[in-house]
Amino acid sequence: MRLPEGGEIDRTKPLTFTLDGVEYSGFEGDTLASAMIANGVLQVAPSLYRHRPRGIFSAGIEEPNALVQVGPEPSLQATTVRLTDGLVARTLSGVGRLTPDSGQRRYDKRYTHTDVLVIGAGPAGRMAATTAAAGGARVMLVGLSYPSGNVRFRGSPQGIPPADGAAELRVLSGARAFGYYDSNYVLVAHQQTLWHVRARRVILATGAHEQPIVFENNDRPGIMLAGAVRKYITNYAVLPGRKAVVFTTNDSAYATVAALVQSGAEVTVVDSRPNPPDLAPQGVEVISGLITNTDGPERLTAVSTQDRRIECDLLAVSGGWQPAVHLFSQSRGTLRWNGQAFVPDTPAQANHVVGAANGTFDTRAALIEATEAGVEAAAAVGYPVPPPPLPAVREREITPASPVWLVPGDPRNQFVDLQRDATVADIRRAVGAGMRSPEHVKRYTTIGTGTDQGRTSNVPALGVIAAELGVTPGDLGTTTFRAPSVPVSFALMAGRDRGKLHDPIRTTPIHSWHVAHGAEFENVGHWKRPWFYPKPGEDMETAVLRECRAARTGVAMQDASTLGKIEVVGADAGEFLNRMYTNGFKKLPVGSARYGMMCKADGMVFDDGVTMRLADDRYYVTTTTGGAANVLDWFEEWSQTEWPELDVRFTSVTEQWSTIAVVGPQSRAVIGLVAPDLDVSNEAFPFMTFRETTLVNGIPARIARISFSGELAYEVNVSGWYGLAAWNAIHDEGKPYDITPYGTETMHVLRAEKGFPIVGQDTDGTVTPHDLGMSWIVSRQKDFVGKRSLRRPDTARPDRKHLVGLLPVDPAELLPEGAQMVASDAPLTPPVPMEGHVTSSYRSAVLERTFALALIKNGRHRIGETLLAPLGDRVIAATVTEPVFYDKEGARRDG
Amino acid sequence: MLLISCPWCGEREETEFHYGGQAFVAYPADPESLSDEEWAQYVFFRDNPKGAFAERWVHSAGCRRWFNTVRDTVTNEFQS
Ligand SMILES: [Zn+2]
Repeated sequence: MRLPEGGEIDRTKPLTFTLDGVEYSGFEGDTLASAMIANGVLQVAPSLYRHRPRGIFSAGIEEPNALVQVGPEPSLQATTVRLTDGLVARTLSGVGRLTPDSGQRRYDKRYTHTDVLVIGAGPAGRMAATTAAAGGARVMLVGLSYPSGNVRFRGSPQGIPPADGAAELRVLSGARAFGYYDSNYVLVAHQQTLWHVRARRVILATGAHEQPIVFENNDRPGIMLAGAVRKYITNYAVLPGRKAVVFTTNDSAYATVAALVQSGAEVTVVDSRPNPPDLAPQGVEVISGLITNTDGPERLTAVSTQDRRIECDLLAVSGGWQPAVHLFSQSRGTLRWNGQAFVPDTPAQANHVVGAANGTFDTRAALIEATEAGVEAAAAVGYPVPPPPLPAVREREITPASPVWLVPGDPRNQFVDLQRDATVADIRRAVGAGMRSPEHVKRYTTIGTGTDQGRTSNVPALGVIAAELGVTPGDLGTTTFRAPSVPVSFALMAGRDRGKLHDPIRTTPIHSWHVAHGAEFENVGHWKRPWFYPKPGEDMETAVLRECRAARTGVAMQDASTLGKIEVVGADAGEFLNRMYTNGFKKLPVGSARYGMMCKADGMVFDDGVTMRLADDRYYVTTTTGGAANVLDWFEEWSQTEWPELDVRFTSVTEQWSTIAVVGPQSRAVIGLVAPDLDVSNEAFPFMTFRETTLVNGIPARIARISFSGELAYEVNVSGWYGLAAWNAIHDEGKPYDITPYGTETMHVLRAEKGFPIVGQDTDGTVTPHDLGMSWIVSRQKDFVGKRSLRRPDTARPDRKHLVGLLPVDPAELLPEGAQMVASDAPLTPPVPMEGHVTSSYRSAVLERTFALALIKNGRHRIGETLLAPLGDRVIAATVTEPVFYDKEGARRDG
Repeated sequence: MLLISCPWCGEREETEFHYGGQAFVAYPADPESLSDEEWAQYVFFRDNPKGAFAERWVHSAGCRRWFNTVRDTVTNEFQS
């Protein structure tokens, strides 16, 4: 019911809204919950598991019951949703559902630095913020509700004396600080913006949450927190019930009693203390006792004390106040139990806790704390201020509270966590099963795991556990507080990092050609690489077999521009590469190229690629597509931290060069046409050399004779700008030879037929060059990073896993990559000893059968043995072979 | 998230850096002369103190320089 006057709502601005299909009206300044109460709608969706009727329980972020879906956003609390005109909401039982389509709503992130961040815009927070800002410090005030809006202004927030010379006070109202990380890094959700705030000082004025009391049937609609009832009356001018009972353990609920009486409600007080203080208005009956049970068809109609039954439609409960220590605890500050609640103890970061958040409930004392913190913070950030005069607030005498953790009754209907529908019976079951730690009980009962983060259930649960175990809550300690301390949508977390903007996409200068010619793409790191180029009617297998055949019998071309490329320059470049690679580069002649392999200090293969020597002091290193950034980092690390005396520098040139591989018996003829000035004979241009030349269309190029397929092959390197033009030139000149573009799949098949491993596919960080059968690449003369590890007893074992070939006994059967191989005589009852696994597996056009590479224990000494791949529904038998399947003698390399 | 002071660039967000582990673990002058145990100490073993720890960072997304610093592993405060 709406009261005829009062509140902070704007009665000149009526709003209409729809809840569960029914249209209602409210005012500007309402929350969805206050507007519901104004319309007499107190009841919300039934509870998640027990399907018990539930009602609006609170007036803020602690709300466990009144969950709603508003548009695409699930699991919002009606108590924190600002009412807007035309708002459509639906009540939810416990859990919401994400809408797959988030609509056109745009979310964003902002990053800011501030001198002082004040969290909480109650009296203490506002006092701390204006005090801290008075000397010129940059101050940010973040509050759940605050009328001034998101503005920068000079002066002071409402209700606090103006602070002279305040330089910059930024206020975010309707904002929730939900995560507090190292170095005063705080995340704040504000409308559709996620703020990342870095503060030199943080002042936490996050207030306290009123706690319920656990008694039988304490979950009916019409049962609310006492402070919430007062807030609805004073802030929103709505009265949740006309005939009220107030059940309290402490003085604070008497303000609610006064507000109820003033609004014309009939009130009875039940106070847990033997001698309740004389705080109620004249004519209000105050009973010393406990509420033991409640009654009603759905909504509350009566309550019972030990010896009385009182008719009522509203029960306002106050079980005391727990400081909102979530953020302080996240900042790794420690807590202590003061007999009533957990309060902040020792901070771990540059922060202060003031007011109710610090367990200081007296307004005057809270304001003193706030000014002290403001003065201290201002001085710490270099903008000192004199202590401001305190506002006139009278001190009050407080009668000690008498906490009640549990009123005897049927434990199955004594609710501890309303959102999780968990009861005292659930806690007893957990404790009965031997659990003692609140962390265990929390996980067993799920208490405190709802979207309300246990704001109204954690402390009562600890009280009940403590009572069961005969200790105090302080002996148990709290469960860990984690971010987000209030619900935050995934869409807000993602911001614009979604869809196409989720991750960078890298494409080569030739990409548009691949798209135009129907390539299927695969992701390699951030790169989009052509995977294969299906012709109309072709599936992947047919296309790849055709591309492979072209490379082995005619000529084929591939865009290899994604290869990592690093220029290594300096007088000691050769010496540096010698220390990095397992083989030597110092003596490599200018104009020549060499394949190299790199290990980490543990002797395991890290990367490989071909390096060309461009000049005495200049090398052009290529890396695997995925390893480029790691190799550059690796070079920098060793150069800077171990060998700063070496004259060597590194520049990534991956994007600066386009590389096109031209492969196959006819490649010499095509290169001869593409590079007319070049003598392409084997004598003039031998394997593993390169030449600088000019292409037929005038493009300067560096052409190398490098082969990753065993065939006669060339790599044409041109400036990235000319990548597409060079590709087109090669494609045009190759037309008479039916030059065939091929993708990564064909490249993989061709290299596997030759037994060339791919680092990261056939290796996994546990494989040495010797394991790959590449002892020839390991220098005996010089030291290199990882060399000493190759002599370690485990690394030098002769029966390690070796790279070998596998030929399925049935030449049509394809071994799945990753398949585990077992011995043919191994009984197939677990545990079956594993002999190794398949690392690469393909169909070969040239072999006219399937084949695979595998890492097999002692594999080189098991050639000819048959191993089995048990695959659940079938078993594939395969014979261990040498890893080279095609052209073992290397006759095809020179054409 | 840590705020890390790069000696060249000043205070920057942790996301700009990569961690490099314990500082002052030099590459042995003559690895071949080391016993297996000594080499294993270099490759695999690092201190893990509770408290002050000298460690390496690299400002990967900034100046790309490596530097040493001392961090308290309990409070995450940098002491140098
Ligand atoms: Zn830097």
